[in-house]
This record gives sequence, C-alpha cells and structure tokens, in this order.
Amino acid sequence: MSSLVLGLVYLVSAACFVLALKWLSHPTTARRGVKTGEIGMLLAIIATLLNQQIIEYRWILIALVLGSIVGTPLGLLVPMTAVPQRTALSHSFGALAAGLVGTAEFYLQKPDLGGVTMTALGLEVLLGYLTFTGSLIAFGKLQGVVRDRPFVYRGQNLLNLSILAAGLVVVGLLVADPGRSTLFPVLIAVALVFGVMLVIRIGGADMPTVISLLNSYAGLSASMMGFVLGNELLIIAGALDGSSGLLLSIIMCRAMNRSFANVLFGGFGAKGTLGQIEERAVRSTSPEETAFLLDGARLVVVVPGYGAAAAQAQHKIRELSDILMARGVEVRFAIHPVAGRMPGHMNVLLAEANVPYDQMFDLEAINPELPQADVALVVGANDVVNPVARHDQRSPIYGMPIVDVDQARSTIVVKRSMRSGFAGIDNELFYLDKTQMLFGDAKQVIGQVVDELSKLPAKEVAPA
Amino acid sequence: MTQEQLEVGLYIFVLASFLGFAVVTRIPGLLHTPLMSLTNAISAISLVGSLILAGSGEGTVATVLGAVAVFASMTNVVSGFLITDRMLKMFHRRSAPKKPRRSRQPEEMAR
Repeated sequence: MSSLVLGLVYLVSAACFVLALKWLSHPTTARRGVKTGEIGMLLAIIATLLNQQIIEYRWILIALVLGSIVGTPLGLLVPMTAVPQRTALSHSFGALAAGLVGTAEFYLQKPDLGGVTMTALGLEVLLGYLTFTGSLIAFGKLQGVVRDRPFVYRGQNLLNLSILAAGLVVVGLLVADPGRSTLFPVLIAVALVFGVMLVIRIGGADMPTVISLLNSYAGLSASMMGFVLGNELLIIAGALDGSSGLLLSIIMCRAMNRSFANVLFGGFGAKGTLGQIEERAVRSTSPEETAFLLDGARLVVVVPGYGAAAAQAQHKIRELSDILMARGVEVRFAIHPVAGRMPGHMNVLLAEANVPYDQMFDLEAINPELPQADVALVVGANDVVNPVARHDQRSPIYGMPIVDVDQARSTIVVKRSMRSGFAGIDNELFYLDKTQMLFGDAKQVIGQVVDELSKLPAKEVAPA
Repeated sequence: MTQEQLEVGLYIFVLASFLGFAVVTRIPGLLHTPLMSLTNAISAISLVGSLILAGSGEGTVATVLGAVAVFASMTNVVSGFLITDRMLKMFHRRSAPKKPRRSRQPEEMAR
C-alpha cells in the first residue's frame, strides 16, 4: 500500500471520528455516530496492518485476539452502575499503551532523537504513565478496593508539586541530551509515583472531575504519540479526546463551583464534619402519607442522587413514575451534573431503568419549573439540593448550582439517616416547614410508596 | 521530526482541539457518559502506533512492549465501542409522546 493511500485512509478515518462525535449530540442519531466511529477505526487498523512497515504479524495477531477477548466482556457484561470504574480502567489501558510505545521509541531512536521529538516523547511518557497509575487508583476507589476518603497529610501539595517538577526537569535534561538514557527509567518512575499521589488525595465527590481530567490526559498522551511517530491521525484523535475530557472537567468544576486547583489540591470532603451539627427537629412522614401527597399533585419533580443509585432504587423510582403518570400526575426528573460518579452517569442509570430521556431535565431546564411543582421528591441526594449553596457565603458549597427543590410547594426527602453528604455539612432543606423526611432504604421505601399508590382507588384521569 | 513537520503537527493539533471543543459543546449532559466512552474508544487509535511498533521487527523489546500496547489499546477499542452502543440503545422517548411536548423537545435537548 503506497504511503499516499495510507495517508488518505487515515484522513477518512479522522473524518469518521469527527462525524461520530457530531452525531452523538442527539439520542436519535447517536448510534449512527458509534457505527461511524467503528468504521473509522476499522479502516485505520486494516490500512495499518497492510502497511509495508509491518513485517512481523505473529505477536500482533495474538495481542489483537487477547485484547478482543478481554474487551468483549468489559463492553457487554459490565453493569451500568460500574461504568465509571470501567471508564477509569480504560483510561489506564489507553495511557499504558502510550507510555509503552513512548518507552520503546526512546530506546530505538535514542542517540539521534531531535529536541522536538524528545519533548513530545517526554510528555507522552510522563502523561501516559501518570494517567496509568492515576486511573488505576481511581478505578480502585470507585470499585471500593481503595479507600474512598481522600488520603491527605501535611506538606502533601508541596511534595506533589516537587515530584511533578522533578519529572519536568528530567524531561528537560533528556531534551538537552537524549544520550542520558539512564535518566529515562527515572522519568518513568516519577510519572508512575505522581499519578498515585495525585489521585489518592481525591474524594468520592470529586470523582466526576478527576475521571474527566484523566480522560483528557489519556487523549493528550495519544496525541503526543502522534507527534513522536509523525502520525496525523493520532494527533487528531488524541486532540479530540483531550479537548472533550477537558471540556467535561470544566463542566464538572462549574457544577461544583470549584477550580481545577481546588479539586486537585483542595481535598474536598477531607475535613469530615465542618462546624457542629445541632440537633434540630425534622418532620418525618410515612410511605402512606407520601403516596397521598404525590397522588394529589399535578407536577412532581424527582431528584435522584448517588444514594439512589447506590441503593439500586432506580427501577422502583421508574415504577413510581409510571404509576403516577397513569394517574394523571406529570413526573419529571431533575439531574444535577454531579449526581453520579461520572458526567452523565445518572442519565444512563435512569435510561437503563426505562425512564424516557424526554422525562430527564438538567438544572437550567428544571429550575424555572420548580415553583410550579407540587412535590419535589429527593432520593439519595444531599449537597446538590442544599439551599445553603445559594446564600451562605461561609459554606464550603457556597455558589454551587443546585436544584431549587425548596421552591416547590412541598418536599419529601428519602434518606437512610440524618448523616451529612460528601461536603460534610448540614442540609438546611431538611428543617424547612414544607419538608418531610421519609427515612429508610430508598429502594424499599419507594417500593412501599408504589404499593400504597396501587391500593388507591382508580382515578378519573382527564385526557392530556 | 523536522521543524516543518512540527509546524504542521501543531497546526493539526490546535485545529483538531478547537474542532473537538466545538463538536463536544453541542452534546447534552444527557449523553456525557456515552461521550466519554466513545472518545475513549476513539483515542484507542493509539493502536495504530502500537501495531507499527510491535510489527517493526526491531528486536525483542520493541516487539514485547508493542504487543502489550496492542493488547491494551485493542481492549479499549472493543470495549469502548460495545459499551457506548449498549448505553445508547437504552435511551428512548416516551412511548406515546404528547403532541405539545414534542415541539419543545429540540430546544430542551440543545441545552
């Protein structure tokens, strides 16, 4: 295959990737996007394999087959609740590939590596290995293998920054003289250690941001690989992934009103309980009363949080929504950007439970509707519905966009206990006069509400 | 890499990043998880670099590191595309959409 044809095929596959992302902008065209991406990938793989540069096929074929064997269950069998873990794992795989290719290229070309190539290679290796270990730690935290609470100690930021600086110095020394090959393993070690240090200090609430940031790094390292190998397709695909990850992390930061520096160096949720929580009276309610209240409503806004997903309550919530809709009550779901463990996670969990996507609303769409809502039903969400974020400047979550459930005529909060959320602060919502607490396991309690509703006599439903 | 190649490469990198921002900005929060798994699969294009390395016949180190890299990227290619499609299959509209709501839909999705 001539290099012109190869170049053109790569160009087509780059175009496929751009179209894939373009079509992902709407659920009706999204699957076409995936198909297009697959075609782009297939073209690139076939063209590469037919390329005359490849003279040895045995190990390639073995690796391709093994990769498919491991990848298939990871794609088909992983439960939707575990998608964040899978994503972290795949970031680490992608980054590992970049790191390994960079390592091999260094040893193959080392005496005559130009300054430019060495810079790209240095960054590829640094980003690759730090994303590899960082994502493995993120995987561990999400999977519950590694402690979820942030691991913080004195002087941590100074130490982390020193490690990063050391890594950059080593890259600089290698750029100045690529012949110093003894420094290369040092670079790898520094990157591996930095990845661990960076992520162990991150708590569960910040996972959506960190996972997006690691996504961005994995893309950037692939892009750097493109610079090292002089391959434009890699540069483009890596840049697409890198910019997408960066954009998602910006969205996540905004959703928590925090800066990157604050996420990476702040240790959110590390301090445990802030201030003292005074014993105040809350009103509690029963599934039966809740059923009556919901049945009498015209508009119910459900706010599911990570707690709902953890309790596997999404199917019961959908049953509740179905039975209410059948009784003429309009039900809408309000989804905060950080409701799950990664961007958009809650939407996927609800979609899996058969909630139609036109029933799911983001913050900007639902907040203007809340004053018209008769009942806001909060299930397993806490900080994202805390009105303190709007008015108390001393609060750590001040300025964070929230779902304005306190604007609804009444609010029911389903919660296991009075424990505070990730931010470790008390929730003012619980003490409002219009708020009633429905204590218990979300799945079980919602199930009881559904049972109560189905016991009610049939209602004359006006045609919509 | 020559200076000229670097220049072209940087142009491509910067323009592709802008393109990425422009395209991804239009994807609603509803689909951010499939977005991440799809970009994950796409950036597993590092498979191309891994294949070239593993097949180069430049000695054991290149073959072994290359083959491991091929394995890692191929895993991402397969699992990334499969899980993205699996998630997207689950997204559906209300079975009997009410007429007034249908007209509002595109506007809501754009946010």
